[in-house]
Amino acid sequence: METFLLALLLMAAGALLTGVVALRPVSLATNRTANFIGPASAAAACLLGVYGLFSGGWSSAENFILPWGLPFGAFALGLDPLSRLFLLPVFALGFTCAISGCISLRHSDPSEHNLGAHWLFYLLLLLGMTCVMTARDALFFMLSWEIMSLSPFFLIDFNDRDRLVQDASWVYLVAAHLGAVLLIAFFALLWQQSGSTLFAAMAAKAPAHGTALFLLALFGFGAKAGLAPLHVWLPEAHPAAPSHVSALLSGAMLNAGLYGIIRSFDFFGPAQQMPGWWGWLLMAAGIVTALMGILKALAQSNLKRLLAYSSVENMGLMVMGAGIGLVGIHTGSAWTAALGFAGCLFHMLNHSAFKGLLFLCAGEVLHAAGTVDMTRLGGLQRKMPMLGALFALGAASIACLPPFNGFAGEFVLSLSMLRSLELPGMEQKIAMLACLTGLMLTSGLSAAVYAKAYGMTFLGQARTDAATNVHAPENRFLLPLVIPAAACVLGGLLAPWAFKMVQPTLDFIPVMHTGLLTPAANVISSTESLLGRVSLIGGAAAALVVLFALIRRALLARHGVKRGPVWGCGYRYATPRIQYTPASFVEPAARIFGLVMGTAVKTEKPEGLFPSRVRLDVDAPDVVRGRFYTPLFQLMEKGCNALKILQSGLVNMYILYILITLVALLIWGIA
Amino acid sequence: MNAWLYVAEFILALALAPLASGIINRVKAKFAGRHGKPLLQLYYDIFKLLFKGEVLGEGTTWVFSAGPVIAMISSVAALALLPLGGAASPLAFQGDFILCAYLLGMGRFATVLAALDTGSPFEGMGASREALLGALGEPVLFLALLALITTAESLGVPRELSLSTLFNGFSPLAWLNGRPELIMLVFVMGVLLLVENCRIPVDDPTTHLELTMIHEVMVLDHSGPNMAFVQYGSAVKLWLFSSLLTGLVLPVMPVWAHTLSSILGVFVCAAAVGVIESVMARLRMHVVPALVGLAGSVAAFVLILTLVR
Repeated sequence: METFLLALLLMAAGALLTGVVALRPVSLATNRTANFIGPASAAAACLLGVYGLFSGGWSSAENFILPWGLPFGAFALGLDPLSRLFLLPVFALGFTCAISGCISLRHSDPSEHNLGAHWLFYLLLLLGMTCVMTARDALFFMLSWEIMSLSPFFLIDFNDRDRLVQDASWVYLVAAHLGAVLLIAFFALLWQQSGSTLFAAMAAKAPAHGTALFLLALFGFGAKAGLAPLHVWLPEAHPAAPSHVSALLSGAMLNAGLYGIIRSFDFFGPAQQMPGWWGWLLMAAGIVTALMGILKALAQSNLKRLLAYSSVENMGLMVMGAGIGLVGIHTGSAWTAALGFAGCLFHMLNHSAFKGLLFLCAGEVLHAAGTVDMTRLGGLQRKMPMLGALFALGAASIACLPPFNGFAGEFVLSLSMLRSLELPGMEQKIAMLACLTGLMLTSGLSAAVYAKAYGMTFLGQARTDAATNVHAPENRFLLPLVIPAAACVLGGLLAPWAFKMVQPTLDFIPVMHTGLLTPAANVISSTESLLGRVSLIGGAAAALVVLFALIRRALLARHGVKRGPVWGCGYRYATPRIQYTPASFVEPAARIFGLVMGTAVKTEKPEGLFPSRVRLDVDAPDVVRGRFYTPLFQLMEKGCNALKILQSGLVNMYILYILITLVALLIWGIA
Repeated sequence: MNAWLYVAEFILALALAPLASGIINRVKAKFAGRHGKPLLQLYYDIFKLLFKGEVLGEGTTWVFSAGPVIAMISSVAALALLPLGGAASPLAFQGDFILCAYLLGMGRFATVLAALDTGSPFEGMGASREALLGALGEPVLFLALLALITTAESLGVPRELSLSTLFNGFSPLAWLNGRPELIMLVFVMGVLLLVENCRIPVDDPTTHLELTMIHEVMVLDHSGPNMAFVQYGSAVKLWLFSSLLTGLVLPVMPVWAHTLSSILGVFVCAAAVGVIESVMARLRMHVVPALVGLAGSVAAFVLILTLVR
């Protein structure tokens, strides 16, 4: 615990120092100082934090309370396996992204960017996330939550001269605060009922308005996790933010939403009293989000938007896992309960690894080519072989292909739904099996999405000059990316050991204390052995691939390899522009899923006898945002504008308002 | 003892796999009134290709070269999870069907990437179609598997549920125990066989027009040993799906009879594919997902029927 507190202090000290630097007039020197202090303190704090996580024993729970000056709340921190598990990606990615950010920002222009401010908010974000996941007091939790939600606004707004970036950061800010409002209501209700802001006191008191609390938590935390239809900020914010920030937001901050949902189970009283439909609601929200996310990802041609939608999908899968776990607990099925939660948590760890890796790779692409628009890229694999290999690894992991870590998580999630016969009632069995089928469709589609993402960006030939004249990064600058890449490989090949990390957390999921613990532990240990088989077969297959690649090389040794033109159906004047584009790649899918993918096609057809200009634009704007939120907010704006007549600016009018109010109150008092 | 038997069956399957393609071609030739290529043609082809040099497309990378190897090994690894000739796989474990499906997915992913690496529009076209069909095929395969699993659970099969229990004489037993609806799964698996192996009516592997192909257009630029791997990989994949189909139909038998009849079953599947290819035309490309959807609905129907019991 002490090491952990030291890590917190180090973050705060780093933030203070970078804050001081940020206040000075920006120059090359201040930027350099900030770009050293910020990453160094973040990296050191994260290393200390990881050490702190493991030092007290992975499965132990500790608490720590300090008095603070405020009249309410308490500085109450706690480290239990649930917090530890969620903090692991925060620190691991915090470290990786700090170093990667330091490298990518080293040449930024002092007249445009104040790096002191950037690193200040980076450290505050880290501090906020760490405190959210360890806070044991509602007030402290909400304060940390606000720090965690506010600092990304400034991080996303890094390139603040870009109109789109400004727009994205505003969307983010609104979404974050709408979520926070619900959470404030959630904790206020709990506070009112228990009379204390301490989590322990809140949990001890059986709640009165369980369903209202559950819905508040689901929507409040769901907005952070990106559950549909509250996901709209994700596809805007991630492409706008610098890539090391997107990686941290996607791989660590989204998890805070999931953490909140699981932690809030603490406050709903004993599991037996929870209505059964809660679990089903979570499950349905999860699978719908996942399917929508992956279909929207399929439609995107901006690499970072694609990754953002894929984060929506993965968060959906995790929430679905939590829902399965709740259903299992409610029906008393140890198998479903244990594997549902375990799958959710395991997938969370895996997602942080590969999504962090992919976002950082996308950042390098942006750096090298100046764009992440896949219609303008192509052929980067040849120019940046190391980066391409890392991206390919991340793509194979996130597409849930064995032997990488994504498959291990997906395997546990699928297993959790196989014992559907233990559920009572036909509709429940069918719903569970339908959900499993949905999961399979999602993972099949995610393979298509990542075949597209990797294939269009890195393979084939350069579509425009942007991809031809790339500034390939030096390999040593890719070193930080090796950390998540190693996690992807080891998480797959050593899956049983990675899965073991989840086990102690299961005992600490509040609702699991229902006599399910022993059978759940048995389920987990048998799943470990299944994962052992998976790793064994995956590893053997990988070894065979290497063996046959060597055999091929030996066979070719005599003849050598010649290069020749690619078969073009006899057509000799092929240019890179006739290649398949991101939009044409998914055209067959758009015929089927067009309604969800929301592809908007604009064409300018050739006209006249000598047509000159022909154009085809394929875009996939967010349907929920365009059809629901934009009209909603426009309506609200109209309403607010209508109220403007009251605001005339004349003092005598305002005095009249006061008079009218007083008279009205008087009448009300008499009546 | 059992493991050694399985290894023998596995080696036999790997050795015989290219023969199935010979049978398909011979059946098609007979239908067309020709004599046709030798039955062992694919063996000759593979042998010849292995000792040739390779021509790599200009600008291709290691992704292009590694694709065929990964695809072949994925199919072989997936085959090793199947029960063969009545012998349960020693690798079998509960939920191995998930691994099997995703191994095939890995192979498809590698093939699609290798195709995109050439930068040729034709190969991109094939890759796009294959990626979609793969995504659609996966839930259908699982619906079929789930029907088997729920039946096994409700009939109280005590062993852990793996491919080796579900496709090893289980389904005929279920038919006789009042679950005749499982017969419909034969249709579902048949459609999946055609889809996954890119045969008519889903894809025409022998047409002269690249525009209308799926799988063959993706491997246009491979040559030499890699082409041999591609061809052998597809042969193994065909064997895998045919074995799944025969595993649905064959009852439990003595070892020698089971071995013989399962191999025969695979050949019958190959002959049936040949017949279908001779009497049907390829479906239009946007009708193919409807065919997969049909198979999916049938599988869902079977699943619901098994649940209602």
